[in-house]
Parts: sequence; structure tokens; C-alpha cells
Amino acid sequence: MAKRIEVSGLNAYYGKTRAIEDISMTIEPRSVTAFIGPSGCGKSTFLRTLNRMHEVIPSARVEGKVLLDEVDLYGAGVDPVAVRRVIGMVFQRPNPFPTMSIYENVVAGLKLNGVRRKGQLDEIVEKSLRGANLWNEVKDRLGRPGAGLSGGQQQRLCIARAIAVEPQVLLMDEPCSALDPISTLAIEDLIANLKDQYTIVIVTHNMQQAARVSDRTAFFNLAGPGKPGRMVEIDETNKIFTNPGEKATEDYITGRFG
Amino acid sequence: MSAIDLSGPSAARKIKDKVALVLVCVAFALALIPLVTVLWTVVKNGLKRFDVEFFTHSMNAIGGRDAGGGAYHAIIGTIEQVGLASVIAIPIGVLTAVYLVEYGGGGRLARVVTFFVDVMTGVPSIVAGLFIFAFWLKLLGFEYMGFAGSMSLSILMMPTVVRAAEEMLKLVPNDLREASFALGVPRWRTICFVVLPTAFTGIITGVMLAVARVMGETAPLLVTVFVTTAINNDPFKGPQMSLPLFIWDQAQLPQQVAIDRAWTGALTLILFIMLLNLAARLIARLRKPVSR
Ligand SMILES: Nc1ncnc2c1ncn2[C@@H]1O[C@H](COP(=O)(O)OP(=O)(O)OP(=O)(O)O)[C@@H](O)[C@H]1O
Ligand SMILES: [Mg+2]
Repeated sequence: MAKRIEVSGLNAYYGKTRAIEDISMTIEPRSVTAFIGPSGCGKSTFLRTLNRMHEVIPSARVEGKVLLDEVDLYGAGVDPVAVRRVIGMVFQRPNPFPTMSIYENVVAGLKLNGVRRKGQLDEIVEKSLRGANLWNEVKDRLGRPGAGLSGGQQQRLCIARAIAVEPQVLLMDEPCSALDPISTLAIEDLIANLKDQYTIVIVTHNMQQAARVSDRTAFFNLAGPGKPGRMVEIDETNKIFTNPGEKATEDYITGRFG
Repeated sequence: MSAIDLSGPSAARKIKDKVALVLVCVAFALALIPLVTVLWTVVKNGLKRFDVEFFTHSMNAIGGRDAGGGAYHAIIGTIEQVGLASVIAIPIGVLTAVYLVEYGGGGRLARVVTFFVDVMTGVPSIVAGLFIFAFWLKLLGFEYMGFAGSMSLSILMMPTVVRAAEEMLKLVPNDLREASFALGVPRWRTICFVVLPTAFTGIITGVMLAVARVMGETAPLLVTVFVTTAINNDPFKGPQMSLPLFIWDQAQLPQQVAIDRAWTGALTLILFIMLLNLAARLIARLRKPVSR
């Protein structure tokens, strides 16, 4: 079920400006890969190229290959909508649908794609909310609006919504940046649980978090002021944090970074 | 180190503040005078004939100087004409706005459409009426009918609906669209089930304002629907009456009984518009998800 992603020679553009340059990496299945790096180096941009969300932005485009178990996501005849069903995404800011209840939010992805059997939906709602560590907090008020939850609960609701469609890969863009330490811990636990089933990629500014949750870590950096971002190195998380291959990585994780 | 100054604004600023406050209040009162006067006059004069007969009878076989009679035929006409106009203008207007915001992306076609919507906003209502008169009645040879009036009203409604819906769709945060796309939901479903419901309350309010606006239009109806004193329930056949034309028709007669009818017609029209606004608010209230 979880799948390997192989990226090769990937460039992403916003209009004429190149945001990331020539990235190649392999993301292993059933593991957590963390992306770290300074602000503006293109982590979000790269993450969004992995499920073809990058091209949603007007005039944004991508060059290169992203293979999901041998299938090129950017190949001819590949439907971006189908790609996004297989590769789910959680955003930095929680964004539950404001017109929908908690229940409806969780099943939104299924309902909007035509699954309507009530019994089946009830089951999926419970499973997804349990999966997102939210079930106990909301099981008595599933009919209440999703926007009425706290920020941390909303973020877990968004995770439940993303896993309800049973993707094979889950991309998370700084999912804890707006959360308190307790909610953060809840989400980190969740990531550890989800890892058995999903391939997970997480962008984070929090080194400890990267060290705690991830198996492999990729360090991104700008090639220079005004230049596109690039990946400096990717390796076992242990190795990156104790004995990185590049000087730039070491400077960044030890805080000796301009 | 000097002490931090925590005293309030200086005396001069306090005076300026008071002056500004007085000016604002005076402006408010001035704006209120015409509003209250109009309402008061219409209610006072309109209540004289605000009776059962007025709402159940037409003016058929009732001469200008006879007492009695009513605006039933005009109320039917207004409801049918404005209803049909809404049926034409609201879907076209909302869909145009959806195109402009969700698909147009500032392209050439979107700019052209926006330009024509702006131009349409400025079309005088009589011109909209004359256009339908020339096209529907003269060129295609149809007779006077409620539907012709509906078409001219829909020309007047459309730009308002497009503008209102466009503003509301633009207010829907992009995050929500992206959240939906990221779930593998196609664009059209995202628009139908995420974007439009989120903007629904605002769109309804704008639409109701557009409906209320055209409800009082007189000139375009005169050249497309004409007037009648009898009840005509069929908007596709023959002249109909409408409330604005009823008012216009009765108010130009010299007899007091006719003028009283005109006032009551005006009161009815205002009540209709108020009801529409109330309905819009009610729908908006019902749609808003309960807060915790
Ligand atoms: N919608 C956009 N249009 C144009 N340029 C963009 C857009 N989004 C991002 N960029 C540019 O692309 C570059 C990479 O941005 P990106 O958001 O991927 O960085 P990031 O690594 O995620 O930063 P952060 O850690 O602050 O989230 C930046 O220079 C940014 O200005
Ligand atoms: Mg980012």
C-alpha cells in the first residue's frame, strides 16, 4: 500500500523565476522523511510538486520526473486529480471547510468523490478520527461545525480528512507550526502510528521534531541570494544530526547559520 | 530618564474630537430625514386603502373616479415578472461570476466580460426596455407580455448579480480550494460543494438586493408589458399589470380615491422589498453553522 517516490531532475517555477533547482531523491515507503532548511528555500514548493499541487498556482510549472512506484506523475495521460487522491496533503494552517460539520469534514473527500453509503461513511469517520487521535474529543459532537474546534483539534481534523480517502502517501507542510506542545506531541505520536501504513513526508522548522519523528532527513538550502533552492543532502536522520556530510548542513543544525 | 507621559490627548485634540463627533451625528440625522419622511408619508397615506379588497380585487370595470378596486392583478404581475426575471438572471449572473473568479484567471475573455458587465451596470432601464421592445415585439413580432418585461428586468439584474457574486467568491479563501484539490476533488465539484456553499450567504444577500432593485422598475415594463386593469395570470400572453405601473397609472388620475390606491400600491411595494430583505437575512441566518 505505501509507495516509494523517486524524484529526478526536478525544477519548479513560478512564472519565470525558478524556485527549486534540479532536485533528485528517493523517499522510502513506510517511513518518515523530514525536510528541513531555512525559510524560502523551496521546501513547500518541492512538497507541492510531489502531488501536483504546485500547478494549481497560476503560471507555476514543473520540469523533471516524479516516479511513484515506476509511474511518472508528470507523464502524459496522468490526471492530477487522481494523483492527489493517492498522495494526500496536510497544510501548515488548519483549513477545515467552514460550512461543514466535523463529520462532513472527515468524509468530504469521499463524498465529493461520490461515496455515499451512510453505514460505510460512519465507519470511516470513526476510523479516521481515531487515526488522527481526535475521536475521544469529538465523538459526542460530530454534528458541530469543524471550524468551532481549537486550532490543534482543527489540524488533527484536517489529518483525519486527509487519511479518510486512504492515500498511499501523506505530505505534511509544517503541520505543527501553529500548535501548542501537547497538540504537537499528539500529532507526532500520530505520525509514528501512521508510518506503518503510509509513506510520510513532513516539512518542519523544528529540529527536535525532525529528529524525533523522521527516519530520513533532507536538508534544503538556497544556492545563494536570489538563486533557486536546492537539496543539499539527504540521509538517515541520525547521521544528518550527528555527522552530516556537508558543512552547510552542520552549520544549519547547530544554529551557526546566517 | 524622563517620566513616561501617560496623560490623555491634549485639550485641542479633545475639542477636535467633539467637533468631528457632532458633524458625524448631524450628517446621520440629515441622511435619516428623507428616509423617515418617505416611509412616514407612504405609511400614512397608504393605510387608508390597506384593506382586504385591495389585495383580492383588480381594477376591472372600476373607473378612475369609483372607489374600491385593488391591486391584485398588479401584485400577481409583479411576482410573475420579477420571478421570471430572477430565474433568467440569477443563474446566468452567478455562473458568469464563477467563470470570472474560478476559471477566467484575468485572461482576455475575463477582462472583456468584466468590461461588458460594467457597461451593463450603467444601462438606463428604459434602454433595456426599448431593446426588448425592438427585439422581441418588433423584430420577432410577439405581443405585449409579462415575459418580455422579465427579459428587460433580467438585463438590469444581471450585472448586479455578477458583481455581488464575484465579490463574494473572491472572499472565499484560496486555502479551502487547495484543501479540496488536495483531497483529489475535481475543480467543478470543489466549486459546487466547497466554494459556492461558503459564499452562499453573501451571494443570497446580493441577489436579493438585485431583485429588490428591479421590483420598482417602471419604464421598461411600460414598453414591454404595457398595462391592464384585469387579472392576467399568464405571463406569456397579453399585457399584465405590475405594482410600479399600477402606482403610476393611479397617481396620474385627479380623483382622491385613485390617489389613495396609488399610495397603498406604494406601501405594498415597499413591504414586498422589506419582506425580501428579511427573507435574505433569514436564509443567511439559517445557513450559518451553529457556533459552539
Ligand atoms: N505563489 C508563489 N508565487 C511566486 N513565488 C512564490 C510563491 N510561493 C513561493 N514562492 C517563492 O518560492 C520560493 C520558495 O518558497 P517556499 O514557500 O517553497 O519556501 P519554504 O522553504 O517553504 O519556506 P518556509 O520555510 O518559510 O515555509 C520563495 O522564494 C518564494 O518567494
Ligand atoms: Mg513553507
